[in-house]
Amino acid sequence: MKIHVNGSEYSLNVPDNTSLLDALRVHLKLTGSKYGCGEGMCGSCKVLIDGHAMPSCITPVASVQNKEIITIEGLEKEGQLHPVQQAFLDEDAFQCAYCSSGMIISAVALKARNPKPTRQEIIDAMQGNVCRCCVYPRIMKAISKV
Amino acid sequence: MDKLSLADKTQRPKAINASEIQSSGYTINRRNFFKLLGGGVAIALTHSYVYAWQELGQSMGSALPDEESIAAWIHILEDGSISVFTGKVEVGQNIRTSLAQLVAEELAVPLPRITMTMGDTLLCPYDQGTYGSRTTPYMGPKLRKAAASLKEALVEMAATQWKIPKESVQAKDGQLIHSGSGQALDYGEITKGKKILLPVNDQAALTPPQQWTIAGTSVPKTNGRDFVSGKHQYVSDMELPDMVYGKILRAPSYGASLVSAAIEKAQVSANVTVVQEEGFIGVTAPDPQTAANALAKIDAQWHAAPQPAKAEIFTYLKENSRQNNNEDPAQAEARKAFEASTIRLEQRVEVQYIAHVPLEPRAAVATWGDGQLTVWTGTQRPFGVQEELAEAFSVPKSSIRVFMPDTGSAYGGKHSGEAALEAARLAKAVGKPVKVVWTREEEFKWAYFRPAGLIEMAAAVDDDGLISSWEFHNYNSGGAGIDLPYEASVKHIQFHPSRTPLKQGSYRALASTANIFAIESMMDDLARQLKQNPLDFRLANLKDERLKGVLKAAAGKFGWEKEKVADHGYGIACGFVKNSYIATCVEVAYNRSSEQLSVLRIVAAFDCGAIVNPLHLENQVMGCVLQGLGGALFEEVDFKDGRILNPSLSSYRVPRFADIPPLDIVLLDRKDIPSAGAGETPIVGIAPAIRNAIADATGVKLSSLPLIPQGLKLTN
Repeated sequence: MKIHVNGSEYSLNVPDNTSLLDALRVHLKLTGSKYGCGEGMCGSCKVLIDGHAMPSCITPVASVQNKEIITIEGLEKEGQLHPVQQAFLDEDAFQCAYCSSGMIISAVALKARNPKPTRQEIIDAMQGNVCRCCVYPRIMKAISKV
Repeated sequence: MDKLSLADKTQRPKAINASEIQSSGYTINRRNFFKLLGGGVAIALTHSYVYAWQELGQSMGSALPDEESIAAWIHILEDGSISVFTGKVEVGQNIRTSLAQLVAEELAVPLPRITMTMGDTLLCPYDQGTYGSRTTPYMGPKLRKAAASLKEALVEMAATQWKIPKESVQAKDGQLIHSGSGQALDYGEITKGKKILLPVNDQAALTPPQQWTIAGTSVPKTNGRDFVSGKHQYVSDMELPDMVYGKILRAPSYGASLVSAAIEKAQVSANVTVVQEEGFIGVTAPDPQTAANALAKIDAQWHAAPQPAKAEIFTYLKENSRQNNNEDPAQAEARKAFEASTIRLEQRVEVQYIAHVPLEPRAAVATWGDGQLTVWTGTQRPFGVQEELAEAFSVPKSSIRVFMPDTGSAYGGKHSGEAALEAARLAKAVGKPVKVVWTREEEFKWAYFRPAGLIEMAAAVDDDGLISSWEFHNYNSGGAGIDLPYEASVKHIQFHPSRTPLKQGSYRALASTANIFAIESMMDDLARQLKQNPLDFRLANLKDERLKGVLKAAAGKFGWEKEKVADHGYGIACGFVKNSYIATCVEVAYNRSSEQLSVLRIVAAFDCGAIVNPLHLENQVMGCVLQGLGGALFEEVDFKDGRILNPSLSSYRVPRFADIPPLDIVLLDRKDIPSAGAGETPIVGIAPAIRNAIADATGVKLSSLPLIPQGLKLTN
């Protein structure tokens, strides 16, 4: 099967039931997307699928063959961080940072469809992402200032 | 090792070729220090017997007291870069940044010159582990002393070279400056060609916090860019050449024993290997999905053993607690004073087991070669894991290297090395490097929990509103934070260890959360009975100035005296753990028609002495308070018949964006007081503050944690 990730096309030969997350991490060596829960409840594995932030752990790789996938690795352009990545960095919006790539992906999708979200709109868009270190206010601030 | 050398040097052990590792027997010592790490000048922050241990290449064991076992190296390389080697590990608390700040401050070098090598049992001196808020108060001062000693030694070297008195040499920005001529020598230039290992000079002068310019400032996370770009490699991201993925067969319930297992069906293809050793069954495959598919085909029969359920846990804990037959005279005295008093209360508090839920589950990569075992794993105790591995495989510790790259959090939940043992076992059996990453379900079921606890207490106050009797018993959850911070005429305080049906262990602040919840609930109820303001009642019974300080700071910022709206409540609580102090104020609102309880805002005031990094301290306090919100309101582990009934993030609720009220943090920077840790104490105030606010708003005096897992209904 073929998938399109970060602007490149890849051919994959993967076992049945392989998730998009495993395809990215294990087969394409793109480990920026993280495993956190395996049921789409924590958001650590989120990637952009045709611009929507989706949990890749519950997305079968076979279902996204004709879609455009962007991972955290695809946000940085020519050494320049995406403005959302830069805002997270500037705000220190993380502790262990294991949630950061999923948080950033969700925030990028939000900003693309709603450049100036209200506080409640940020909460609604980010509710599927868990920061277990709980520096949520810092993350809110980073997203607000982009 | 090609794959690993791609990584950032701050995250990975320095590449050392195999012949060097073998010649050093996997133990670094003075003889091979410079051979392995390059020339220069190094300082060994150790005690004499630690030296002896290093020289002999022998294990020191873990029997040393904390302060005595603190050791670290600081090494100035010939290019002027500075390496700090410490067995402490980074789990998100940002000590990679704060310890570097302390070293940069005392060594008078720009911060970017410093590289921290952490949690590598080969390169770093022994360390008991990163827990108990010990890094900042113990490792911090020792590293400062080592860096200050090193700076003095460099000054002396320059003075000798220039043939001038050392008073005429100034160390600044990584340079030694001749005060007469203005001539400057970089630290690297003066260390060139040298291989000097110095002991720490206990007399070396430290820079007082009042004069700090690097420490005490809000330096961002040193390697933050690697995290926002997805480049940082956590253990679960690592890969070695020829590596396979391991999955382990788990029992269906605690205490169940394996009767039989048909493993043939799991052997689905030539690249799948089933490993069966005694009670252990695991599978390896070239990718995790194939391994999981194969594991699912194993037909195993188990014999279950009876296990207590959540419904009976508190009876169980009390019945199985260690009974003390010799009554403490203070207990009888406290009882007597209680009976004699007219203003008195008895309370019982129940605290459920909760889970750490580190977002990166347990993970390990293990590889064997020439009798040497190398393991990368996420653990708070790399040297402890090294000991576990040495025991499990009967190999000397000097043949085992454990390394921990910065890990996806721990909160006290990663003291053990389960995944490391499993990966090493499979790697040994299949003769290839193996990676084991636990699923979320495994993490919930097979890691360990914060203990459940039952607390029974009785307290009385005299006519002056002072505590006249205090009796306090904690069953199972622990003795941390059990002491009463208030003055009391008579007190009897006792921790009763018990048998636990679930595996329990460390957690942020340990039992302090339970004990301080109980203490602060009682204090509020006593104040209410006296018709006193809960803040005034606390202050009247306190002598500790720092605790009073945070109480007043929190109350001031909160506006404690302000009028309340109907059905709103204010709550306050305070406590201290390991020399840091927290006070928390909370406003809640109860909507009687929808029966909704909302936490409207939180103010937390915190004092941990001199602040090393205000930005990261605020993150620690914020994270602690808001993580504590989960344990306060809704987190609890449900279990029956040896099974965890909510082993997933859809069934075990953790705080999310919508749960987070506005939070104001007041940091008291006490530059006159040595810095203490901050990763634990701030969690202890939130639960009692909410509980007391609920009582204020509704009159309902809750007495269990979590407080309102099913919401709060005033009517039946």
